[in-house]
Amino acid sequence: MDIRGKVFKYGDEVNTDVILPGRWCHLYKPEDLKLHCMEDLDSHFAESVKDGDIIVGGNNFGCGSSREVAPLAIKSCGVSAIIAKSFARIFYRNCINIGLPIFESPEAVDGISNGDEVSIDMAKGEITNNSTGGIFKFVPFPEFMRDILSRGGIRDYVLDKLKETSA
Amino acid sequence: MGMTLTEKIMASHSGESQVSPGEIINMKLDIVMANELSAVLTFDILENWGVDRIFDPEKVCLIPDHFTPNKDIRSAAISKTVREFAHRHKIKHYYEQGRAGIEHAVIAEKGLVFPGETMIGGDSHTCTSGALGAFATGVGSTDIAAALLTGDVWMRVPPTIKLEYNGKPKDYVHGKDLIIYTLSQLGTSFATYKAIEYTGNSFRYFSIADRLTMSNMSIEGGGKNGIFAVDDITVDFLKRTERYKNAPEDIVMIKPDDDAVYEKHLVFDISDLEPQVAFPYSPDNGHPVSDAENIQIDQVVIGTCTNGWYEDMKLAASVLKGRKIHPNVRAIVIPGSVAVQQRCIREGLAEIFIDAGCVFSTSTCGPCIGGHMGVLGPEEVCVSTTNRNFVGRMGAKTSKSYLANPAIAAASAVAGRIAHPYEL
Ligand code: SF4
Repeated sequence: MDIRGKVFKYGDEVNTDVILPGRWCHLYKPEDLKLHCMEDLDSHFAESVKDGDIIVGGNNFGCGSSREVAPLAIKSCGVSAIIAKSFARIFYRNCINIGLPIFESPEAVDGISNGDEVSIDMAKGEITNNSTGGIFKFVPFPEFMRDILSRGGIRDYVLDKLKETSA
Repeated sequence: MGMTLTEKIMASHSGESQVSPGEIINMKLDIVMANELSAVLTFDILENWGVDRIFDPEKVCLIPDHFTPNKDIRSAAISKTVREFAHRHKIKHYYEQGRAGIEHAVIAEKGLVFPGETMIGGDSHTCTSGALGAFATGVGSTDIAAALLTGDVWMRVPPTIKLEYNGKPKDYVHGKDLIIYTLSQLGTSFATYKAIEYTGNSFRYFSIADRLTMSNMSIEGGGKNGIFAVDDITVDFLKRTERYKNAPEDIVMIKPDDDAVYEKHLVFDISDLEPQVAFPYSPDNGHPVSDAENIQIDQVVIGTCTNGWYEDMKLAASVLKGRKIHPNVRAIVIPGSVAVQQRCIREGLAEIFIDAGCVFSTSTCGPCIGGHMGVLGPEEVCVSTTNRNFVGRMGAKTSKSYLANPAIAAASAVAGRIAHPYEL
């Protein structure tokens, strides 16, 4: 699966409260969530993001609340991937579970600016900044998580496990 | 090889005699918890997956606490969905508003997780129960859905960071100050993907509430969990739970092995530490309270899951007794649980709060998440005993929250600006 899109770049410590503020935490349907995505960080994001676009962040992306509606809101907007220097733990798990590709690459983050066009080659483990020609490596996922991601989320893993235990 | 507290619990719940950092294990769960907001998404996921069963209705806990008593029609619909699910699946630990409180307080108070046990919760502050010697961590709604079906969860065994606190604290210095100070030194991601183990002789001077506050805010340093070994102070707390009455043998005096291996071991001498205040917009933006000069405030929130324990209420009341809230300030007191609220009433604390001019609320997350019961307006400034002060967390995007312990919050409510009780 290859990913290609225009970059929305933010700084360090993008927390889940600014991605999807508490006041909207009683929403959980994609069509509602996408209207408020990034509301307290970038009020123009929701109206300008297009299918396939990529979010780039700094350190500790997704820190704070465990609300899965935060990565879901991002996914609902059509965002194809998040690249960050590092991710907070619960957010990382949530992204893997819902099948939203995320990539850890401090070099790529430093080599990408807001508005650049970027593509990601999952098989090669490479991020290319098409606007500048820069090529960066990302930290590969452990095999277990690669497996979950390649199946589009944790659903099949869990349902298989259930079958095994009830067989 | 010796194991840390977290490794011991992970080993015992994955059928291994030994686990090491980096390993991925399947961990059996003693309790799976969700609040109404994480639960409703979990149900949606289960419906999508086309499965409708629960591994064990006795090991599931559902607590509507974030937007309850329902703040609006949408919240009411969510609570209704959770209530119906709980009844249909005969969930044993389903607690209505007015009969329990905020999830993390309820779990601890009812003894739903005991030392050496495991829980996951659809809320990042599930780590609170680490104070009782349990492995407790927060996850998202999909993980809860999976756990409701299987009764276990995949976990990467984390390396452990040991944080040791020594020395006798000054008056008005509490767990909240230790954790804000720690975050100010180490940042908001020092423990990402890692376990924190708290230890040191300072905890002899503190109550269980201080430990619960510190475990609660372990996630503010990125921690997977934040755990304490069990001692007499833990046992005293556990003895008051309903579970102890039926199963006193469930208390296990879990301790780390002497030769456990830690990724890092940091030691803090807290004898000179001043009460700390975390300035906007991050819990690691900590400063001694004396640095907070002339910061005028509009609102004070005392309580919730971070500092809503009985000891916190008593501390706030000791400052507010015989005093009045500043005319420009609203003070809102929210006990962590109904049991704490009742004790406040029985022991006269409720009267002190109301005489001083506070709102004395039922137990709910309310303003902590900018939900209801005291949402901040544009540019308003709040001193709060809660755990996060991110942009817009407690209301308007332009509002500001300063995090502090209940004594500082109470003194600030009286002074109308951030203040130490000594200044009153
Ligand atoms: S009181 Fe605040 S931090 Fe605690 S569970 Fe509720 S929203 Fe979360």
